Amino acid sequence: MDSVLQPLRAYEHWLAQYKRVWRGTIGTSLVNPVLYLTALGVGLGTLVDKTQNPPGGVPYLDFIAPGLLAAAAMQTAATESSWPVMGAIKWTRTYHAMIATPLTERDAFLGHQLFVLTRVLVSAAAYLAIIAAFGTVSSWLGLLVVPVAVLIGTAFSMPIAAIAATLEDERGFVTIFRFLIVPMFLFSGSFFPVEQLPLAFELVAYVTPIWHGVELCRMLTLGDVELVAALGHVAYLLTWTIVGFELARRAYRKRLLG
Amino acid sequence: MGENGSMIHARGLVKRFGDLVAVDGIDLDVRPGEAFGFLGPNGAGKSSTMRMIGCVSPVSGGTLRILGKDPASDGPQIRARLGVVPQQDTLDFELTVRENVLIYGRYFGLSRRELKPRIDELLDFVQLTERAGDKVEPLSGGMKRRLTIARSLVNDPDLLLLDEPTTGLDPQARHVVWDRLFRLKQRGKTFVVTTHYMDEAEQLCDRLVVMDHGAIVAEGSPWQLIQRYSTREVVEVRFENERPPNGVFDGAAERVEELPDRVLLYTRDGDATASAVGELGLPPHSTLIRRSTLEDVFLHLTGRTLVD
Repeated sequence: MDSVLQPLRAYEHWLAQYKRVWRGTIGTSLVNPVLYLTALGVGLGTLVDKTQNPPGGVPYLDFIAPGLLAAAAMQTAATESSWPVMGAIKWTRTYHAMIATPLTERDAFLGHQLFVLTRVLVSAAAYLAIIAAFGTVSSWLGLLVVPVAVLIGTAFSMPIAAIAATLEDERGFVTIFRFLIVPMFLFSGSFFPVEQLPLAFELVAYVTPIWHGVELCRMLTLGDVELVAALGHVAYLLTWTIVGFELARRAYRKRLLG
Repeated sequence: MGENGSMIHARGLVKRFGDLVAVDGIDLDVRPGEAFGFLGPNGAGKSSTMRMIGCVSPVSGGTLRILGKDPASDGPQIRARLGVVPQQDTLDFELTVRENVLIYGRYFGLSRRELKPRIDELLDFVQLTERAGDKVEPLSGGMKRRLTIARSLVNDPDLLLLDEPTTGLDPQARHVVWDRLFRLKQRGKTFVVTTHYMDEAEQLCDRLVVMDHGAIVAEGSPWQLIQRYSTREVVEVRFENERPPNGVFDGAAERVEELPDRVLLYTRDGDATASAVGELGLPPHSTLIRRSTLEDVFLHLTGRTLVD
C-alpha cells in the first residue's frame, strides 16, 4: 500500500508548486500549437499541397499535426525531467527533504515522474483539442494520442531523469538539447518522411524513440492503423521507458544515499 | 527502544567513501530525554554520522540501532519517528511558510485535517505565526532555520537530529534558535546536535563527544570535559611585535599552548599566573583571564583550534 501512497505524497509537493504557475503553462500549451499549425500547416502547407506527391498522401496540415503533438510531448518530458531533477538534488534539495521522512528515494523519483507525466498529459490533451479544431483528426482513434503522448513522455523522461541524477552540473543539458532533442524534433518524421534523409540518417531516425511516437500518433489521427507496426512502436517506447526507469532508480539511489 | 533502552546504539560504526574513512569505528549510546552533542571541526565525521543515524546513508561497518531498529531494513519506519534539521536548508522557497509545513507533514502520511491545528501550534512555537501566509524566499536566515525546526516537529518525533543548527546565523538569531531548542529539551525531547561552536555545545548538551578524524577522542558532560582536559582558568597573553622565546612561560602555568596570535596559559589561579608573567620582564600587549571552555578541551585533545 505504501509503495503506491508514498509516491503520491511526493507528487503532492510538485502539485503544490504547480498551483502557482499552471495558468501560464496552460496558456503556452494552447498558444504554441496554434502558432505551429498556422505557420507550417496552413502557411507552408499551401505550397506543399501543390506538389504532385504530398508526404503521406494527405494534406500537409494533417501530416504534421500529429508529428507536432508527439514532438511537444518529447520536449515537455525532456525539459521537466532535466533541470527540475537536478534542482531537486542540488539547488532546492527537495529530494533530501523527502528522504528524511518515511519517503524513500524511489518515492521521490516516482512522485516527480508522476508530475512530469501529468504535465505531458495535460499539454497533449490541449494539443489534441487544437489539432482537432484545425480539422486534422479524422478518427475517434485520435483520442488515443493522449496516452501515446504519455508513453512518449516516459520514453524520454525516465532516461533523462537518470542522466540528470548523474550529472554534476547543468552544462550537460545544453548538450543533450542541442545535439539530441532539437535534431530529433527536426529530423524524426514530424515535418517530412524520414525516407527523404540520406540512408545513414534515415537508419538513425528509426532508432530514436520519437520517430516511433510520431508514426504512432499519425496512424491514430489519420485513422489508418497497421496493428503490427503500431504494437512494434508501443513495444519500442516501452523498452526505453523500462530501461530508463531502472537506470534512473539506480542513479537516484547512488546520488541521494551517500 | 533498544534492548538497553538506547535511542541510538552504535558499536564500531564505520562510514567509508571509497578509500576515505569518514567515521572510524565509533561507539555511542544516547538515552531517552538526553540532549547529546557531536563537537568537532569540519570534516571530523559528524555529518556522516548524522546521515547514518538519519537512515539516509548506509552503514559501511559495525552495528547501528535507532529506536531499537536497524536502518538497513527499517529505514522508513525509523524515519517516521525522527525529526531532522539538516545542515543546508531544504525548504521550498516558492511555497508559503504554512504550505512548507503542510507538504512536509503529508510526507508522513498525516491528513490535512490533523495537520491544520498542529501547524498553527508549531508556527506559534517558532514565532512565525505572522508570516504563515508569506513565501519563504524573503525570510531571514534565522526565520528559515526556525521554520525548518517547526517542520521537523510536524510528526511529533521521538528523536530530533540537528546538524549544525545555527551555523551561518547572526548572534541574535542564534540565541532565538537556542531558546527554542532549550524549550524542547525542557519538554523532554531527546535530541542530537552536531556543532563546531563550543558555546552551542555548552548551552544545549547534557553530554557530548568530541570527534576528530572520524573518531571519538573524548566523552562527557561539558563540565566533565573541561575538568578532565583543561584547568579552571586560562590566561591569554598577546604580544605586540616580538614573540618571547619558546618555553619561557613553562614555569608560570600547568600547561602552555603557543598559538600563532597568542599564548594560552592553563592554570588553577589566573591572577597568580598573570602576575608571574608580568615578572618575567616581557610586558604583553594584552592579558585576558577567563574560564576554560570546550575550545580549550578541543585544543588540548587535538592540538588544533575548533574554528579556523
